[in-house]
Amino acid sequence: MVNYIIRRLFGGAIMLFAVSIATFLIFFGLPRLAGATPESFAARYVGPRATAEVQAQAAEKLGLNDPLYEQYGRWVKAIFVGADYDYGPAVEHCPAPCFGYSFITKRPVFDDLLDRLPVTASLALGAAVIWLLAGVATGVLSALRRGSLFDRFAMGTALAGVSLPIFFTGTLALSIFSYGRPFDWTARGSSYTPITEDPGMWAYNLILPWITLAFLYAAAYARNTRAGMLETMGEDYIRTARAKGLRERTVVVKHGLRGALTPIITIFGLDLGLLLGGAVLTETTFSLQGIGKFTIEAINKGDFPRIMGVTMLAAFFIVIANLVVDLLYAVVDPRVRLS
Amino acid sequence: MKKKGRVLAASVAAFALALGAAACSGKTDEPSTPAAKDAYNAALTAVFNPSDKKGGTIKLAHSSDWDSTDPGDTYYGYSWNFLRLYGRSLVMFKPGPGSESSQLVPDLAEKLGEPSDGGKTWTYKLRAGLKYEDGTAITSKDVKYAVLRSLDKDVFVNGPTYFNDFLALEDGYKGPYKSKGVDTKAIETPDELTIVFHLKTAFGGFDYFAMLPSTVPVPEAKDDGAKYKTHVVSSGPYMFDTYEAEKSFSLKRNPNWDAATDPNRKALPDRYEVQLGVAATDIDNQLISGDLQIDVAGTGVQSATLGKIQGDQELKARADNPSIARLWYTSINPKVAPLDNIECRKAIMYAADRTGYQAAYNGEEAGGAIATSLMPPQVPGAIKDVVWPAGADNKGDLDKAKAALTACGKADGFEVNMAYRSDRPKEQATAESLQQSLGRVGIKLTLKGYPASDYFALYAGKPGFRNGEAKLGMATNGWGADWNDGFGFLSQIVDSRVIRDSGGSSNISVYIPEVDQMIDNALLETDVKKRDALWGQVDKRVMDEAVILPGVWAKALTIRGKGLTNVFVNEAFGMYDYLALGAAQ
Repeated sequence: MVNYIIRRLFGGAIMLFAVSIATFLIFFGLPRLAGATPESFAARYVGPRATAEVQAQAAEKLGLNDPLYEQYGRWVKAIFVGADYDYGPAVEHCPAPCFGYSFITKRPVFDDLLDRLPVTASLALGAAVIWLLAGVATGVLSALRRGSLFDRFAMGTALAGVSLPIFFTGTLALSIFSYGRPFDWTARGSSYTPITEDPGMWAYNLILPWITLAFLYAAAYARNTRAGMLETMGEDYIRTARAKGLRERTVVVKHGLRGALTPIITIFGLDLGLLLGGAVLTETTFSLQGIGKFTIEAINKGDFPRIMGVTMLAAFFIVIANLVVDLLYAVVDPRVRLS
Repeated sequence: MKKKGRVLAASVAAFALALGAAACSGKTDEPSTPAAKDAYNAALTAVFNPSDKKGGTIKLAHSSDWDSTDPGDTYYGYSWNFLRLYGRSLVMFKPGPGSESSQLVPDLAEKLGEPSDGGKTWTYKLRAGLKYEDGTAITSKDVKYAVLRSLDKDVFVNGPTYFNDFLALEDGYKGPYKSKGVDTKAIETPDELTIVFHLKTAFGGFDYFAMLPSTVPVPEAKDDGAKYKTHVVSSGPYMFDTYEAEKSFSLKRNPNWDAATDPNRKALPDRYEVQLGVAATDIDNQLISGDLQIDVAGTGVQSATLGKIQGDQELKARADNPSIARLWYTSINPKVAPLDNIECRKAIMYAADRTGYQAAYNGEEAGGAIATSLMPPQVPGAIKDVVWPAGADNKGDLDKAKAALTACGKADGFEVNMAYRSDRPKEQATAESLQQSLGRVGIKLTLKGYPASDYFALYAGKPGFRNGEAKLGMATNGWGADWNDGFGFLSQIVDSRVIRDSGGSSNISVYIPEVDQMIDNALLETDVKKRDALWGQVDKRVMDEAVILPGVWAKALTIRGKGLTNVFVNEAFGMYDYLALGAAQ
C-alpha cells in the first residue's frame, strides 16, 4: 500500500512536470510561431503607451530574449530556490516555492493562489457534499422505483440541472432567494466569511452558491447512479443476497449501491479536483474571490505567469484526486487490490 | 467499513449543523431610508438629502478591477472622483451640484496658478499647515517628486501623458527611477511651499493639468513605484485601512487631516468600503436592495435593470439621468469623392434621422440626448447654435437635403462606404439607421465593419486606407474628454495636425487649417471666459464645414443608493460626487 502510494506520487510529479512543459510551450512557445516577439510579450507589462524602446528594455529585463529552455529553467528553479524580480524601481524576492511573479499585480503568484484557495475549497467541498448526497440518493430511489412518478420527475429535473448553465441558475437563484423577489433568505452576491472567523456565517453566505453548483453536478450523479443501480440490481449476486434472506435495505445499500458506486467515485474525484482548480462560472456569478475569478482576471489581463500558476494548481489537484480515487476503489470494491 | 460509515454520518451531521447555523444567522440591518423624498433626477442639479451629520460607512462596488489607486497611475473618471478622498492635488473641481462642479478651485494650492512668460511658466503656492497621514509636513518638493515619477510610463502605465508632453524637460530625463539623482529644471521649488512649472509651449489652461491626480504629493521616502498603490500615503481626509489586490480596499479617517486647510471637503462618513470584481447585475441588485450605496464606475445600470427602472415608478424615483461628457458621432470624410464637395456633405447632415441615431443608443435615458454640435452642453464654451436643423421632428429635412444634392450635381444621390466598429452593436445600429435614412434621398451607404481594437490603427483611423483603397466616406466615431473644457474635448478630434500617416488618430475627417490656427490661439489664452468662447468658435467652425455629423451626447441611468446624504451629480465627472456623500446612519 505504502509502496503503491509512493509510486503514484512519483508518477504524479512526473505528470506535473509534463503539464508544466506543455503549458509553458503553449503560452511562451506557440505565440512565437504565430509571430509574437519578446517585445510584444513585454508590451502587456508596460502598457499601451510604451515606446518601442521601453518595450525592448522590458523584454530584456524580463528575460524574454533568452531561449525558451532557459526561461523554463528559470521558472522551475524559482519553485525550488525562489527568485528575485525587478519590478521597476526595486527588486522583490519571491521565496520558494515561487510559482512565478505577476508583473501586472506586482505580486508572487503563489501568495495569491494561497490567498484565494480557501474560498474555492469552501465552495467546492460544500457543494460536493450536497451533490454527492442528493445525487446518489435520488439516483438510488429512482432506480428502485423505476418508471414511477418520482423517477420521472427526478430524471426530468436532472436533465434540467445538466442543461442549465450556472450563470443562468445562479443569477435566477440570487434574484429569487436573496433580493426579496419574493424571498430574502440567503446572502447577497459577493458575500464570503472565512470558516475560521464564523462558521455559521460561512455556511450562510455559501449555501446558495453550494446549492446552485450542486444542482448542476447532482443531476449528472443522479442519472449515473440510477443507471449503475439498475445494472447492479440485476446482477446474480443481488439475487443470491436476497435468496440468503438479507433485509432489502442491506441488499440495496451494502450490495447494490456499493457496486454502483465505483464509477461514481471516479467522476467525483475528477469533478472535485477540477473544481478546486477554480469554479470559474460560479465564482463569477456569485462574485466570490476564489481561484476561478483570479483565473478570469489573469486571462483578461494576459498575465501569463498567473495563468501558469493556476494551471499547475489545477493539475496538482487532479493528480491528487486521481490518487485518492484509486485508493478509495480498494475500500469500496473488495475485488480491487492495490499493487 | 464501519469506520467509513461513521465518517459519513459525521459529515452529514456537520452539514446539518452548518445549515442550522446558517438559518440562525440573520442579515445585518439595512440603512434607514433617507429623510428626503425620492424623485427622478433629484440629485441631477441640486443636492439630494443635504446633511452635515458625520459617521457611518459608505459601501461601494466595482464590476472590474480598479485601474490603480496610485495618484500617478490612474486614468478613469471614477478613480479621479474617488481619489480626492485620500489625495489632494494642487487644484480641483469644485464639489457642487450642476455647473458649479466644472469650476476649478485651489486645493493644496492657496489659489489658482499664476502664469508668467506668456503662459509658459506657472507658479503655485501651497497652503500652510498641510500634513500627510503620518503627521509629516507636505512640501512643494513632494508635489514635484509626484509629478516627475508619474512621467515614467514604463512603471505607471495607466495615467495621462500631459506632463510628459508639455513640461520643458531636459533631453534624456526619464523621471526619478531611471534618471536617479538627476534634477530637472522643468519644475522648480524655490521654497517649501512654492512650485514653478516650466512648459515647452505656452498653455493657458495649465490649471487643468494642476488638477490631475499626478500632482497629489508623494513622499519620496515612502515611494516604491508600482507597489505604492497598495499603501498610498494620504494627504486627504481619509487613509487606507485595508488593501487586497483585485478584491477590496477600505478607507478610514486620517487623524492628521486638518479641515482648516481644506475648504472643499466635508468628510462626513467614518469609512468607505470598496469591493472589486462584483458581478455587474449583482451590483444593480444590491443598489436596489440597499446593501450597497454606490456603483463606482458610474456608467449606469445594466440593460436588465434598465427595464426594471423604467417599469417601476418607485424605483425610478431613486434614479438619476446624468450627462457624460461624451459625444457619439459620425465622421464625414472630405477626402473621398463626392464628399469633397460641401454640398454633398450638407445633404448627409440634412437627411440624417437624428431620432434613429438616438434609438441606436437605446434612447434618451440610456443612450443620450440628440447632439447638435460637438461639445456637450456641460462643457464650458459649448455652443447652442443648431447649424444643421433636421426638421421639426428631428427625423431629417428631406427638402433641404435634396436641394443640397442638386447643388452638388448629384440630384439622384450617390454611393458611399461607411465604416463602423463591428463589435459594437450600437455603432452597427447607427450605421444601419443612417443607411435607411440617407437612402430616402438616394444616398446609398455600403456598410463596412472593422474590429474595434484596430479601428483607428489600421482602418478608419489610417489615412492611406480610408482615403485610398477602402474609400470610407463616413465612419462612426466617439469621444469623451479627460475634463470638461474645449482643449480636453476638441483638440484630439478637430486638430488636423494630430492625423498621422501611420494611423491611430481619432480625427478622421477634420482638415481645416483655419481651425488649427484657432486652436493655437485658444491654447495661449489664459483668461478662462475668453478661452471658453474661443473653443466655442472652433466647435462652430467645424460644424459649418459639415465634416462631423453629431449623434448623441451620452447619458447614463444611475441609482441613488439608499441611506446616502448629500447626493449630487458632479458634472466634471458625470457621476455622483464621492467626496460630498454622507451616510444617514
